[in-house]
Amino acid sequence: MNNRKKRELIGKLFLSLSVFTAFLGIFWLLFILSDLIIKGASAINWSLFSKNFVPPGLSGGGMKAAFIGQLIIVSIAVIIGIPFGLLGGTFIAEYGRNSKIAKLISIFADLMTSIPSIVVGTFVYAVMVKPMGHFSALAGAVALAVIMIPVMLKTTENMLKLVPWSLREAAFALGTPYYKVIFQIVYKNAMTGLLTGTILSVARIAGETAPLLFTSLNNSFLSFNINQPMASLTVTIYRYAMGPYDNWHQMAWAASFVITLFVLLTTITGRLIIKWRYKK
Amino acid sequence: MGDYILKVKNLNFFYGSKQVLFNINMNMASNRITALIGPSGCGKTTFLRCFNRMHDLYKGNRYEGEILYKEKDILKMNDNIELRSKIGMVFQSPTPFPMSIFDNVAYGLKLKGIKNRTEVKDRVEAALQGAALWQEVKDRLSAPAGGLSGGQQQRLVIARALAVEPDILLFDEPTSALDPIATAKIEELMIELKKITTIIVVTHNMQQAARVSDYTAFFYLGELIETDKTEDFFTRPKNKQTEDYIRGKFG
Repeated sequence: MNNRKKRELIGKLFLSLSVFTAFLGIFWLLFILSDLIIKGASAINWSLFSKNFVPPGLSGGGMKAAFIGQLIIVSIAVIIGIPFGLLGGTFIAEYGRNSKIAKLISIFADLMTSIPSIVVGTFVYAVMVKPMGHFSALAGAVALAVIMIPVMLKTTENMLKLVPWSLREAAFALGTPYYKVIFQIVYKNAMTGLLTGTILSVARIAGETAPLLFTSLNNSFLSFNINQPMASLTVTIYRYAMGPYDNWHQMAWAASFVITLFVLLTTITGRLIIKWRYKK
Repeated sequence: MGDYILKVKNLNFFYGSKQVLFNINMNMASNRITALIGPSGCGKTTFLRCFNRMHDLYKGNRYEGEILYKEKDILKMNDNIELRSKIGMVFQSPTPFPMSIFDNVAYGLKLKGIKNRTEVKDRVEAALQGAALWQEVKDRLSAPAGGLSGGQQQRLVIARALAVEPDILLFDEPTSALDPIATAKIEELMIELKKITTIIVVTHNMQQAARVSDYTAFFYLGELIETDKTEDFFTRPKNKQTEDYIRGKFG
């Protein structure tokens, strides 16, 4: 009897402790989000998207260049990063399954995911910006891609390894060549996981600032030239939040709100697609 | 009778340097079911996987000897698509591909380059009929195959193998993941399929071997100990080891 009471007490204690910590985690998230929504949403207006930067001290203006720049830089990063990550992960999980080199790459990718992003920024600065002699959007995209590749690669590897081996054998048993097995069976089976991986890795880089500081830098004007410095949302937020002007802070809040919303929406979209696929 | 579709001559098989099959000699009769039984690790599955050259997928595997399929040596053939459409395989757990029921069955046809829509449609229907699944799925051919029950999935996989009109079907413990009712359906189906194919089945279940097969072969430690007509095999085993095994003394 005594023992039972003790068990129940410990059980309740553990339950309340885990509930408490769960709420603690959610609390901070909600705190940040609500702060963002209150300060950010109120500062949002159309000119934020439609107008360009104005000289410091002047009121009005927007962040059009930063939005477009962000879009261009992230898009290029995705175009570089996804294929590399996907194919690299495919090599590790499929063709190179039992080879030492694949294991080595996998371990390095693991290490890479925990490298501070500013180190990636300085690295790209050294290998691209310095030799080219100037900052460029392309260098920024490469820096983001470097961060993205290991994330994508690891997710791909893990998702493909979840596909039961027997499924591949069943396809082989019909005489299917390996590349068709991968494209038609394995990728399709792992689709939801790969999609989540893609979304996660895009979300991972969409909010990065440090790698861009040394690479794409910033630009006070709207630019479409990827060989030149380009404004990005995160760097602009960084600059505006640090600036002395009130309307800069306002815009930084608004931009933070937008970028958070973007990450949130991509994640939700991904989840919805997953749900829809399973229902079907 | 007397017509052998497969003749195995002096077959040895190695995983790397480890020999797992020792000098197997055996003939498989056309349009009959041959069951391969034996304790775990006896080489029966390894033996089964020689017939469609599944071992080719992994490095370091080596065959010695001959497996004559219609007098042609399988081990010397180099067209796996052709071989594997003639000798199909059904696995332990159902393996529906992540696509619709129809596409699953049509998969092997597309692989062979059959694109004519009516032909594909007809052959898919025939295969599903053959696998006794048509009645259950004819109204939802475009539904994903993953939504079928385990037993239906297994019959779908059989249909997928049947679609390419194989001469031989290899079953690797086809019912070990299924409940008794689904198992009974698969067994019935196997007996039905004898009309059009030859079946080789690996099974852990001696009752299953006794129920469905015409011939039974007992493997132990990589050697073929005894093979005979199923009836004689279970009632009058010639070998002491066979007798011990079917009496449940080891295994």
